[in-house]
Amino acid sequence: MSADIEKEMWTSKLRKGWQKNLPIEKLLPDTQPAYVASWIYLFGVATLAALGVIIASGLVLSFEGASWYHYSSVGHFVNSMHFWSVQFFFIFMVVHLWGKFWMAAWRGRRLLTWITGALAFVGSIATAFTGYLIQTNFDSQWISYEAKDGFNSVGIGSRFNVTNFGQMILLHVAFLPVIIGVITLIHVLLVRAKGVVPPIDAFNNELGERK
Amino acid sequence: MSDRRTELESAPWSGRVRRYDLIKEGVAALVIVAIVVAALSTLFGSPDDKQVTFKQWAVAAPADFYATAVQELAGTSGTAGYGAPYNTASDGVNLGPLHLAKWAGVTHPVDTVNDFVITPLTTVANAAPVADALKQWQGSDAKTQSTWATNYDTALTKANQDASKVPAGNYGPVPALAGGLLTMAQAGSLDGALLSQGNYFQSDNTKQTLFLGDGSYFNDQSTASNLQGSTWGMMNETGRYPGQAWLWLYSFWYQIPPFNNGDNHPFGANADAWIMLIMGALSIGLICMPLIPGVRSLPYKVKIHRLVWKNYYQEENL
Repeated sequence: MSADIEKEMWTSKLRKGWQKNLPIEKLLPDTQPAYVASWIYLFGVATLAALGVIIASGLVLSFEGASWYHYSSVGHFVNSMHFWSVQFFFIFMVVHLWGKFWMAAWRGRRLLTWITGALAFVGSIATAFTGYLIQTNFDSQWISYEAKDGFNSVGIGSRFNVTNFGQMILLHVAFLPVIIGVITLIHVLLVRAKGVVPPIDAFNNELGERK
Repeated sequence: MSDRRTELESAPWSGRVRRYDLIKEGVAALVIVAIVVAALSTLFGSPDDKQVTFKQWAVAAPADFYATAVQELAGTSGTAGYGAPYNTASDGVNLGPLHLAKWAGVTHPVDTVNDFVITPLTTVANAAPVADALKQWQGSDAKTQSTWATNYDTALTKANQDASKVPAGNYGPVPALAGGLLTMAQAGSLDGALLSQGNYFQSDNTKQTLFLGDGSYFNDQSTASNLQGSTWGMMNETGRYPGQAWLWLYSFWYQIPPFNNGDNHPFGANADAWIMLIMGALSIGLICMPLIPGVRSLPYKVKIHRLVWKNYYQEENL
């Protein structure tokens, strides 16, 4: 195939762009800059680990149905795994977010990494919220009753009806996890492609700035 | 920020490196988190307070249920006067000149008279007084129906929801209809009838939830579980479990003036809309934080990053 034809192809453009920005050495590195040596760095991977437990327990719950955990001890355990992993997910993510803020981790053309991370946080709140609405217990009844006023007040309730169990369960197990999954994937790929942000004063000497 | 600094900070790191096993770290994190989560699940389980049913409500608080049924017929319940997206009874809340709820329209129509009372009653075989009452109601015009229901609702309210103390009056079939619905609910037939509305497949609990919320019983259960919005209920959970703590900021606005005072105009009376607007703006602010002057400079001024990179700063004498 001639170079000109290849140049016009979307597939070859994507391949070359991928190879240039995210070669396998960046995707699966075996070294990191020496400054990547703080406990704060663990919260990113811990967030992903909690997300893994959420997805695994959520898959089991989705196969067994929304009411399974009310009458099955195994179901209650799996539901508890889902519940506690969500709690940890948010703890880890909030610490990760604060850590990245104080590191000004958007420096060095990493703005999109921050934006995807923040979007994942906001999207996760929406996902968790729909999860609370489909517990099929008193808590979900009350949350849907109260929350409707907020969404109705700005017109969102006309399309996003929190008292509609069918709509909420579909959003929780299908639409929102896909959105969160895609955003998270982009976020992680950006982290790998751009690398971990260097310390704020790392280049003061090169820039001739006072230490 | 200088272009040169951006260039340096975005370039691949050329300084000292250390060994790093990405896969091992990921697997270790997954295993540790799974073990901790499994341990907590075994020790503490998860919250699961049973759902409130109409049978439970009608048996535990029959006077409240009965009065609520009358309010649904009279159009004085919370749902009957709600506005969009359920009906056109009111304009709903607003953001100054913006009536977003009203403009979005009635997308989930709820007719409290028929959806909550009359249609469910027609799905069961009723005793003679209720069957006759249904015939009388359905054979009357809307004005007469409204007069009966309003008269009885007013009288029942004056009698503190004690039907036995309501004086005789022009109430038509309303007492019999409310009594029939109470009997139906106590027998456990109302939950399904409200949901199905005569259909087979149904997964929308809107009508059940709205009816349940119109009475006092459901609210009282929530108060007992510390779930009311005025007491940080949005981030609470039933029992002694952590709730949606990540909603603390959303919940916070409901605790402070003017939003915690429903009589305050325009903010308290329209708190739901204003708080939704504030949280929407703050969420956009979080997403765009690196672009906000002042906020984006904080990490440079408050040198918490020196703790994060403590070793690096020591080794490089920075």
